[in-house]
Amino acid sequence: MKSAAFDYVRPGTLEQALQILSERAEGARVLAGGQSLAPALNLRLAAPELLVDIGGLAQFRYIEEGADALRIGALTRHVDVERSEIVARRCPLLSRAIAHVAHPAIRNRGTLGGSLALADPAAELPACMLALDAVIHVAGPGGERRIAARDFFQGVFETALRPGEVLTGVEIGGLGPDRTYGFAELSRRRGDFAIVGLALAARRSSTALSDVRLAFFGVADRPVLARAAASALGAGDMSAARAALATDLKPVSDAQASSAMRLHLAGVLLERAFNETLEASA
Amino acid sequence: MNQPIRLTVNGELVTAAVAPRQHLADFLRETLGLTGTHIGCEHGVCGACSVRLDGAVVRGCLVYAVQADGARVDTIEGVSDSGEIADLQAAFATRNALQCGYCTPGMLLAAQELLLVNAAPDRETIRDRLSGNYCRCTGYHAIVDAVEATARARAEAKR
Amino acid sequence: MSEGLSPLDRPNSYIGRAVPRPNLARLLQGRGLYVSDMTLPRMVHVAFVRSPYAHARIAGIDAGAARTAPGVVAVVTGAELAEVCTPWVGVLTHMKGLKSAPQHAIAVDRACWVGEAVAAVVATTRAEAEDAAALVEVSYEELPVVADMEAALAPDAPAIHPDLGDNLAFERKLDAGDVEAAFASADAVAQAEFVFGRHTGVTLEARAMLADWNPGEQRLTVYQGTQAPHMMQNIIAKHLGLEETQVRVVCKDVGGSFGVKVHVYADEMATAALARMLRRPVKYVADRVESFLTDIHARDHRCKGRIAVNRQGDILAFEIDDLTAIGPYSMYPRTSAIEANQVVNLVGGPYKTPNYRARARVAFTNRNVMCQYRAVGHPIACSVTEGLVDLAAREIGMDPVEIRRRNLLPDDSYPAQSASGMKFEALSHHAALDKLVAMMNYPALRAEQTDLRAKGIYRGVGLASFIEVTNPSAAFYGVGGARISSQDGASVRLDAQGAVVCHASVTEQGQGTEAILAQVVASAVGATLDKVRIILGDTDHTPYGGGTWASRAAGIGGEAAWRAGVALRENILKVAGVMLQADPSALDITEGQVIDATGQARVGLDEIARVVYFRPDTLPADFQAELIATRHYAPKAYPFAFTNGVQASWLEVDIKTGFIRLLGHWVVEDCGRILNPQLVDEQIRGGVVQGLGAALFEKCEYDARAQMLNANMADYLVPMASETPDIQIGHIETPTADSMLGAKGAGEAGTAGAAAAVVNAVNDALSPFGVRLAEIPLTPELVLKALGVVL
Ligand SMILES: Cc1cc2nc3c(=O)[nH]c(=O)nc-3n(C[C@H](O)[C@H](O)[C@H](O)COP(=O)(O)OP(=O)(O)OC[C@H]3O[C@@H](n4cnc5c(N)ncnc54)[C@H](O)[C@@H]3O)c2cc1C
Ligand code: FES
Ligand code: FES
Repeated sequence: MKSAAFDYVRPGTLEQALQILSERAEGARVLAGGQSLAPALNLRLAAPELLVDIGGLAQFRYIEEGADALRIGALTRHVDVERSEIVARRCPLLSRAIAHVAHPAIRNRGTLGGSLALADPAAELPACMLALDAVIHVAGPGGERRIAARDFFQGVFETALRPGEVLTGVEIGGLGPDRTYGFAELSRRRGDFAIVGLALAARRSSTALSDVRLAFFGVADRPVLARAAASALGAGDMSAARAALATDLKPVSDAQASSAMRLHLAGVLLERAFNETLEASA
Repeated sequence: MNQPIRLTVNGELVTAAVAPRQHLADFLRETLGLTGTHIGCEHGVCGACSVRLDGAVVRGCLVYAVQADGARVDTIEGVSDSGEIADLQAAFATRNALQCGYCTPGMLLAAQELLLVNAAPDRETIRDRLSGNYCRCTGYHAIVDAVEATARARAEAKR
Repeated sequence: MSEGLSPLDRPNSYIGRAVPRPNLARLLQGRGLYVSDMTLPRMVHVAFVRSPYAHARIAGIDAGAARTAPGVVAVVTGAELAEVCTPWVGVLTHMKGLKSAPQHAIAVDRACWVGEAVAAVVATTRAEAEDAAALVEVSYEELPVVADMEAALAPDAPAIHPDLGDNLAFERKLDAGDVEAAFASADAVAQAEFVFGRHTGVTLEARAMLADWNPGEQRLTVYQGTQAPHMMQNIIAKHLGLEETQVRVVCKDVGGSFGVKVHVYADEMATAALARMLRRPVKYVADRVESFLTDIHARDHRCKGRIAVNRQGDILAFEIDDLTAIGPYSMYPRTSAIEANQVVNLVGGPYKTPNYRARARVAFTNRNVMCQYRAVGHPIACSVTEGLVDLAAREIGMDPVEIRRRNLLPDDSYPAQSASGMKFEALSHHAALDKLVAMMNYPALRAEQTDLRAKGIYRGVGLASFIEVTNPSAAFYGVGGARISSQDGASVRLDAQGAVVCHASVTEQGQGTEAILAQVVASAVGATLDKVRIILGDTDHTPYGGGTWASRAAGIGGEAAWRAGVALRENILKVAGVMLQADPSALDITEGQVIDATGQARVGLDEIARVVYFRPDTLPADFQAELIATRHYAPKAYPFAFTNGVQASWLEVDIKTGFIRLLGHWVVEDCGRILNPQLVDEQIRGGVVQGLGAALFEKCEYDARAQMLNANMADYLVPMASETPDIQIGHIETPTADSMLGAKGAGEAGTAGAAAAVVNAVNDALSPFGVRLAEIPLTPELVLKALGVVL
């Protein structure tokens, strides 16, 4: 199937991009890596009039470290994250998660910004941002905004981005030697979107975990923080944590799995991701 | 409206006017007659359309030709003529790692990229890195054998 | 030289060797020629408007906007197309009672499944054809939908084709031996309902056709990725009102077929008809969504099975009741009743048991059409039989290997016949099982299983013995009135430089037909392999024959080529005899040289060709050389050349997640004389993985309105490299005496038994929990439900 016809521009600056987007508000779509947009267009599930290709804005392809923070540009490709020594050292959760995103050829092209702007509820990176309490940077006709990840994801393919806005990057703060992570997902095949997945971030003291953040994906219309389970885990009680998932999560049912099955799997993943944090400290 | 593009395909400079909706795989196949880049799904799953864009293997069906303006594109025809993957191709032939051959160009490009990134992959890694390339005919075992054999032969040659 | 000399005895024979395939370099460089690659001058593209409803009356079609859209050449409705293409009915006379309704290339007044074409739009590019197709306004009136097989046969079900009375397309019953008595005397009876998802072939290259009508020649040339060029020639001619001489079918490289590309598809018939109507080349390449909606689906059976055993482990009887639903039409011309018919034929086939009762019913539904796909019926028969055998073993506490050893037909009992009447020339179930048990080191796996269980890790071994139908005679289709040839031909000639050119009617779909024919011809003639050229897939040039289906290319096509090669050798030796003043029977050919009894090279094939073609004046006046020979072959002694084999799966079930990890897979197979071991192995491996896909992943999901829910490659899960294990293969060789080469088929064996082995292994892994699963695909959800972990 071939895409319906569209016009295409490749602005050279962010300002131009924002300008075009505000002029053509309704019919225009941002094109980044195209790894989700192009399939939708080729299947004629979407038919925008204009694609605004921001792929030329090289200044948004970067990975930078600060004292306790990591900043990643929106146009940073999945493969950049995968191979980044900085990410592996400062935020290994992302290195772990990125290997589960699609396949090498898609990671060569797909971008962090695209994954976050798309907001697929079963995607890894939005959940990681939620677990990491990241701040998402956007630019728009009204200037720049910073949106906490927990406020950014608002539904199936829905975000806090307003028409005409572009996601420019993310900032992950609070990094330090006491951070620990776990990641686990279940997908039918390698590289598929997850049936259920979990990104776990916490701080580790000699005795226990604190600041535990459990971001589940594939369970609802957006990535979900399991707060009750997290505090139980902070208190060192795994069985209470598993039980708490029933209040934290109200998983969806679909052809892949029933709600009950997802809830069960979420519990299994919780144990596995937690064990990973133990192994890391061992 | 068609838009002008200039790109380098298999080392040759190409200029053309393309409809923005035409994806790179169709452009290569229909406009340039490079039909070694195949089409299996046009939604990014099968990998038959794999080509190299500025040195990285991508899905030809998920990149529009206009996006390749100014880029360097290598197709199976190009890497065959340059001899870059002659050993890999020979290993595929020896091992009968292709049947209908429709997945083969994409599989070869993916395998070559794997070997450039990881010179000594184990079988599980090979399977992982090729997991985005569908083959209905071979059952993959022979492909994994051929890639493994090439990795070993290249390592030998380096010594 | 006598014809009786075994191919293996010939000096420098290529038979039995893993020689590289002649066509590989082209494919490895991306320089093959698939139909989807082809263009012709003035070529236009067709896209179809397809029904979004599973069952609806077409009240009207407004194509006004589409006709004036950019690039559009024509918009054609079903009624318009029906004027150039007549409808067909997919029945065979030997399938007693099989009924179906006339099917049009484009629906005329009623669409019967989601995806059936209701109009065609032809434009200068495919994209423009799709743009315009979206502008065609069809008014539909929805009709009652028959969504699944149970609903189809309910007493008050609406008949999809009222003229047929009801939705029962076909029914077959069989009762052999004394089933009642056997069950009555049994020490144990086990039963289960086996459920098989709807699968489809997912060839990587979609169906494609480029049809070119030349008004000057009054001829239609059809380039098609097909398994059966001559069958297509006949059918296209018949329905377009042409003579067969007016239709040429050309088949170049084919991007996978597996049975998908052996049927007559409505949209392809429409493409051929459009070329005739529009007097120019028309190209149709299905997109992936169209492939899922219109390529044949297969399986989709529910089969109740029962088995009776005594305490000693003797299987006393099998009984099955099978139900399947084939969509709204029986496919043409092979019909869609064959799979169910095969299930009846094959259940219990490997075993001695004489008592067998079966019923199979085939229903119409408003889903996509179903028909023969790789290993037709075998995976179902094998899963049911082997599942029952394992259940019986469990009932009486016997090891799965042991119960098979007790009951498999003894290797010295042939010729033999199954309870269903299948005739076996010679099989090797026990030798195969012994070899398999040794290859996989069965006792070691059992020990490992026990150790790991203690650690909460659940691994299982599953076995599946099977038989496979290959080399079919006319009993398959021909006797039922279909013009599907069960014989094949090959024509072999010496060219002017002494190379050998072979034209053959079997086709190449990637399985290695070209290589097999080259090996056979080179060996039969005495030429070197590099001097053999194989030409296939063109009804203007090749001998007449059936093509590729039911694992027949090597066994039947190879035999024809062998005989033609032997005949050419004799013809060449006659010339050599004259040239050398020697007795031809004292000469032979090896490596392209005529040799005498001492092995001395006397004259090369190039020199013979030179003399024959350019200096015939130097040969005696009363001698005419014939450097070409044509032979045909059809199996005669048996309706089918049955093969046999056994598979084993070794896997781990994660009892917390229900996920299954395949750790190993073994196959021992007996396909008669092995012409090229590597090609056989790779056929088996590819086939196994299709069976593994069926076992764990693949299913066409439909909702209650018969909408297909996963008609794309992201949601229809085919196995990829990470989901599949390495597959070890062993062989037993029991040649058929029905041919000189002794080769049988090997194309479907892998698919036949893989799913059965996996399901048995899962049940074995979960035996501590008393789990008995009998449904595929075996999803994590099914496993967790069976374990009672989720409801
Ligand atoms: C076969 C296959 C398997 C996949 N598997 C996975 C998987 O397992 N997990 C996973 O997470 N993803 C998966 N993906 C999707 C992939 O990760 C995409 O790369 C990613 O989701 C989108 O990134 P992109 O840069 O390609 O975005 P695009 O496709 O270019 O854009 C996606 C959407 O985001 C918008 N957008 C993009 N960038 C911006 C921006 N900077 N500002 C505002 N809006 C923007 C676009 O308008 C569009 O709506 C898969 C894709 C395929 C084809
Ligand atoms: S055709 Fe591009 S991934 Fe299938
Ligand atoms: S060789 Fe046919 S799809 Fe891979």
